[in-house]
Amino acid sequence: MALDDKTVEYVARLARIELQPRELEKLSRQLQGILDFIDKLNRADIRGVSPTSHVLAVNNVFREDIGRQSLATEKVLENAPRKQGDFYVVPKVIE
Amino acid sequence: MELCTLTAHELLEKINKKEISFADILRSLQDRIKQVDPKVKAYVRVDGRNENNENGSCRDRFETCPYKGEQTSQSGFLKGLPISLKDNICTEGLNTECCSRILAGFKPPYDATVVKKLKEAGGAIFGLKTNMDEFAFGSSCENSAFGPTCNPWDIERVPGGSSGGSAAAVAADEAIWALGSDTGGSIRQPASFCGVVGLKPTYGRVSRFGLIAFASSLDQIGPFTKDVADSALLMKAIAGHDPSDSTSLDAPVPDYTASLTGDIKGLKIGVPKEYFSQGLDAEVKAIIDAAADKLRNLGAILTEVSLPHTEYAVPVYYIVATAEASSNLARFDGVQYGFRGLEGRNLIDMYMRTRGEAFGQEAKRRILLGTFVLSHGYYDAYYLRAQKVRTLIKKDFDDVFKQVDCLITPVSPTPAFKLGERVEDPLKMYLSDICTISANLAGVPAISLPCGFTKDGLPVGLQIMARPFAEETIFRAAHAYEQSTDWHKRRAKL
Repeated sequence: MALDDKTVEYVARLARIELQPRELEKLSRQLQGILDFIDKLNRADIRGVSPTSHVLAVNNVFREDIGRQSLATEKVLENAPRKQGDFYVVPKVIE
Repeated sequence: MELCTLTAHELLEKINKKEISFADILRSLQDRIKQVDPKVKAYVRVDGRNENNENGSCRDRFETCPYKGEQTSQSGFLKGLPISLKDNICTEGLNTECCSRILAGFKPPYDATVVKKLKEAGGAIFGLKTNMDEFAFGSSCENSAFGPTCNPWDIERVPGGSSGGSAAAVAADEAIWALGSDTGGSIRQPASFCGVVGLKPTYGRVSRFGLIAFASSLDQIGPFTKDVADSALLMKAIAGHDPSDSTSLDAPVPDYTASLTGDIKGLKIGVPKEYFSQGLDAEVKAIIDAAADKLRNLGAILTEVSLPHTEYAVPVYYIVATAEASSNLARFDGVQYGFRGLEGRNLIDMYMRTRGEAFGQEAKRRILLGTFVLSHGYYDAYYLRAQKVRTLIKKDFDDVFKQVDCLITPVSPTPAFKLGERVEDPLKMYLSDICTISANLAGVPAISLPCGFTKDGLPVGLQIMARPFAEETIFRAAHAYEQSTDWHKRRAKL
C-alpha cells in the first residue's frame, strides 16, 4: 500500500513520537520501502491457518495467589526524572 | 600465556589447581581492555567515552563496581569467573541503558534472573556493560547511542548486531565470556562476524526476567564463548524455570557438558536448500559446504531438506517484532526513569518530546512500523496475516525435525560488512538476518560456531539448529565439529 506523510504523522501521534519535518519525510520514504517488501506476504496461502499465539505448547500459566514482597517506594522512585515525596511529578493532566 | 586469552574451562582448571586466583584473571582482563578497547570499543561507559552520564576510567569503574567476584568465588562451580553482560540485562545499581539516550542514567532496582543465577553459581558480574544497537534494534551495532563497536578482525568492519559488543569483547579477549540477547539473530550473527561461539537457546529455556524487552515472543538470552564447552557450561548456569517469567518452561536442565562426547556417528543432519539460494556469498557458501563435508566425514548422515516458507521469514519478523516492540517501548515516557524532554503544555506533549528527542532513528522506524501494523484498519492485513504465516514457518520446522535431528545453514549470507555501508538502507540491513530469523519465529535453539575464514581473513560461522529443548544435540554436533578443526583457536591480531 502507499503510505503518505499524513498517515505517518498520524501513526507518530499514536506512538507519541514528535517528528521533525525532515525526519518525517525520510521516515515516510523508508517505511514505504519496507512495506513494499512486506507485501510479499500476500503471496502466502494462509487459508485455514490459525495465527501463532505461542511457539510452544504452553497454555495459561497460573501461580499460587500468595503475597510477595515488592520493591520499596523509594527504590522505585530512585530513577524518576522528577519526583516529590512518594510521587512521580508530571505536567498537569486535568484542566 | 595471557589469562584473558584462555577459555573459562581452562581457567577453572587452573583455579581448581590453585595456580591462579580471581585477582589474576581480573588484572589480565583489565590490562587487555586498556590495551585494545580504545580500538574495538566493545564496552560502553569507559574512559569518558560515554556522553550519556557520569564517566570514570575503566579501572575506577571496575573498582567501584558493586559486584566483586570475591564475594562468590568461594562457592559455586564458576569460582568467581567474571562474565560480561550486554547493556540490556538488568544489574542492581549498575547502569543498564540499552545503549539508548532514553534510558540515560538508569540504575535498575533489581537483578535479572540470569544475573542472580550466575551469582548463585559463583560467577562475578563484570563491572562494564557491552555495546549494542539501541534496544537491540539492528544488525551492526551502529545504532548505539555510544557509537559503534569495531570488528576485532578488521576494525573498519562491523562486529554484527545487536549484541556486537559482547561478541567483540570475547573475540578480542576483553572478556572470558559474555551474555547477549537474540531476537532475530542478535547473538548468532555477531558471533559469526567475530569468530566466536554464540547460542540462542530454545524459547522458554532461559528466563527473560530483567532483560529489557524488545519482542517478547522472540527474545532469548544466550552465551558468547570461545568454544562449545564453555557454551555448555554457561548454559548450565543460566537455564531453568523462573516463576517471574511465565514463558520459561518448567523442565529439568540437563548437564549440557555431558553431551560433549565427540561422537556424531549416525546423527541425521538436514541441509535446507532455501538457505543456499540467491544472495549467498560464494566464499561463504564454499566454507559452509566444506563444513558439511567435515560433518559427513565424522559419521553424520546429511540429507537435503526443505523449509518451504523460508522466504517469508524476514517480512513476518519485521511485522511481529516491530508490533511487539512498539508495545514494549511504550513504557519509555519520561515518567518513571531515564530521560525527560521539555514538558510543554501538557502530558501528551511531554511524552512526544521525550520520545522524539531520545529515541534514535532505528527505534523510531521500528516503533512507527509496529504501531502502523497494529493500527485500526491494518491489523488484519499485516499483523494477523504475519502471525498466520508464522504458523506455517513453525510447521516447516516441525515437519523437517520428523526426518532429521538437526539442521546446518550459514549464519549470515555475507561476512562482516564495512561500517557505514548499510546505515542508510534499513531494508538491506534487515536482510542481514535472513538465515537467523526463522529460529526465533519457530522458537527453536540455534548456535553459530566458527567454521572458516574468507581470503580477507574474516570469520564465517556455521549455524546448527535443533528441535525445541534439544540444545544437547546442538552441543554434541558443534563440539564434534569444533574438535576436528582449529578455527576457534585463531585470535584476531590487534
